[in-house]
Amino acid sequence: MEKFTSHTGVALPLKRSNVDTDQIIPAVYLKRVTRSGFEDGLFAAWRNDPEFVLNKPEYAGSSVLVAGPDFGTGSSREHAVWALQNYGFKAVISSRFADIFRGNSGKAGLVAAQVDEKVVQRIWDYLDEHPGATVTVDLESRTVKAGEGPDAIVDSFDIDDYTRWRLLEGLDDIGITLGNSESITSFESARPSWKPVTQR
Amino acid sequence: MGKTLAEKVWDEHVVRSAEGEPDLLYIDLHLIHEVTSPQAFDGLRLAGRPVRRPDLTLATEDHNVPTVDWDQPIADPVSKTQVDTLRKNAAEFGVRLHPLGDVDQGIVHVVGPQLGLTQPGMTIVCGDSHTSTHGAFGAIAFGIGTSEVEHVLATQTLMQAKPKTMAVTINGSLPAGVTAKDMVLTLITHTGTGGGQGYIVEYRGQAIEELSMEGRMTVCNMSIEWGAKAGMIAPDQTTFDYIAGKPEAPTGADWDAAVAHWKTLVTDADAEFDEEIVLDASTMTPFVTWGTNPGQGVALGGTVPVPADFEDEQDRIAAEKALEYMGLEAGTPMRDVHVDTVFVGSCTNGRIEDLRLAAEIIKGHKVADGTRLLVVPGSVRVRLQAMEEGLDKVFTEAGAEWRGAGCSMCLGMNPDQLAVGERSASTSNRNFEGRQGKGGRTHLVSIPVAAATAVRGTLSSPADLVSAEV
Repeated sequence: MEKFTSHTGVALPLKRSNVDTDQIIPAVYLKRVTRSGFEDGLFAAWRNDPEFVLNKPEYAGSSVLVAGPDFGTGSSREHAVWALQNYGFKAVISSRFADIFRGNSGKAGLVAAQVDEKVVQRIWDYLDEHPGATVTVDLESRTVKAGEGPDAIVDSFDIDDYTRWRLLEGLDDIGITLGNSESITSFESARPSWKPVTQR
Repeated sequence: MGKTLAEKVWDEHVVRSAEGEPDLLYIDLHLIHEVTSPQAFDGLRLAGRPVRRPDLTLATEDHNVPTVDWDQPIADPVSKTQVDTLRKNAAEFGVRLHPLGDVDQGIVHVVGPQLGLTQPGMTIVCGDSHTSTHGAFGAIAFGIGTSEVEHVLATQTLMQAKPKTMAVTINGSLPAGVTAKDMVLTLITHTGTGGGQGYIVEYRGQAIEELSMEGRMTVCNMSIEWGAKAGMIAPDQTTFDYIAGKPEAPTGADWDAAVAHWKTLVTDADAEFDEEIVLDASTMTPFVTWGTNPGQGVALGGTVPVPADFEDEQDRIAAEKALEYMGLEAGTPMRDVHVDTVFVGSCTNGRIEDLRLAAEIIKGHKVADGTRLLVVPGSVRVRLQAMEEGLDKVFTEAGAEWRGAGCSMCLGMNPDQLAVGERSASTSNRNFEGRQGKGGRTHLVSIPVAAATAVRGTLSSPADLVSAEV
């Protein structure tokens, strides 16, 4: 996984709450057996609408998504994270993420930055005045930044310590766990014999 | 201080615990299907890693398979590739697979319990959010993404921060005709889609204890729809009776040892939950959704809400968008809403008890003109059991389509989909925009409401059928 320290990019305001994973990528786009190519399905139902914010020229090349609360609810499809990444997003800012989506983001290397609802609103207001402006998500200092000078928005975001460390180091989870394989083997030797198995 | 059920099961599975790190949790059972696993097996291949415990892993095909012509090659080449990929991966890595056409094929969350693989006190994961279903047995069960699927395949563990615990106590008894589905839809409208976030929820109280295992699975299944990490119910005699005699259930001395342990899996009297919700089942009524998330629900006897009545601005905007998408006028009685398609099935309501209840209501009636009824058993075993009981005849004589096993119209991925603007009453779990097909409009309902709606063509309960006859 690539290391993530800080990213500055064009920010896309998605002024909706409860953007579920079926909205991020509908099930019909989940048939691929690769991790790439899912950008075609990103927000597929809304992409046909020329007024949809992602279709506006000023937001071309967006890489920071600023969304309403309860982003990523619904299914466990990691394809939702891949679709955002395949399109070019590096970070999502929201006041609340669904658990599985946040977990998947951390594993796949997309930063899910949780901020206060007021911060989302301030960034949206700022982007209304400055469409196409950039926002910075700094994982090192756990801050989001938008704008310059005295009116600049600078606020902290929440991300758990362990995920932050892994993203900063670009570490593979499985490799870390396999480093503890002795503990796993020892745990296995103590499991009750009546626990079910799928094959003998 | 004592422990909650969730804490007991969690603590029994901690392989390694360290300050400032998530716990390393052992996984007793890993269920796999064709959609969320191909990239995980690819990862193993790239790293040269084997599946650590094929004997704790089970695969089936459910999301992306047709429910007709299942003995023919899959028509859609992209879907066929996905299913073939699972078959190749299962063979290469030594994973037991129940493919299309096999007698144990079906929706992964129906197959696990019916094989007796789902047991109290286990940790169960699957690359599917409705894995919470298995919590009905007193297991910690939750959905994971593909990176975590790969992690479990390689290590049989997961890194997980220990969630908080919540009790949902449902006192009283459900009135006749009101089901587990109505109970959980009522709860989700009460909490909103994010209300359970960060919690493992324990459902308890008289109304929960009175539910069958099928009903308990329906409740736990929808835990994810209000954001909970997992939902669980303490195992009791109902649970033990359900498991006894299942193909993979323990037998003899193993059974006695297992039950002795399972009986310890209750929340201690002096344990404390981080949060508690209390509801009264006796006041519950048939409940349906009007909007585009499972928290947008109302009693069947109610009306489509007026967006301006929502105090919270986000809720108001969400309601406006939902009504526009759903093509509904505020103030319309829910019973006046005409339905094009009724879907009976899914991991929420596709078990034998569900089909029996639907057949009991449909028997002697015809599906309304202008409405179609799709009955999709959750597994091949459920299908065969239903046919042995003659339920298939009841459905087909009423004019319903009797299908093969799979996820079917619960998600718009396989050939069973709504058309643009088509409206469904669905016993499944999600009413998101486009969930059942692009532009489709979904009302989540219970089995009795689905059956009565199929007969009348408008959202109805069985009571409406009786009054129509008088």
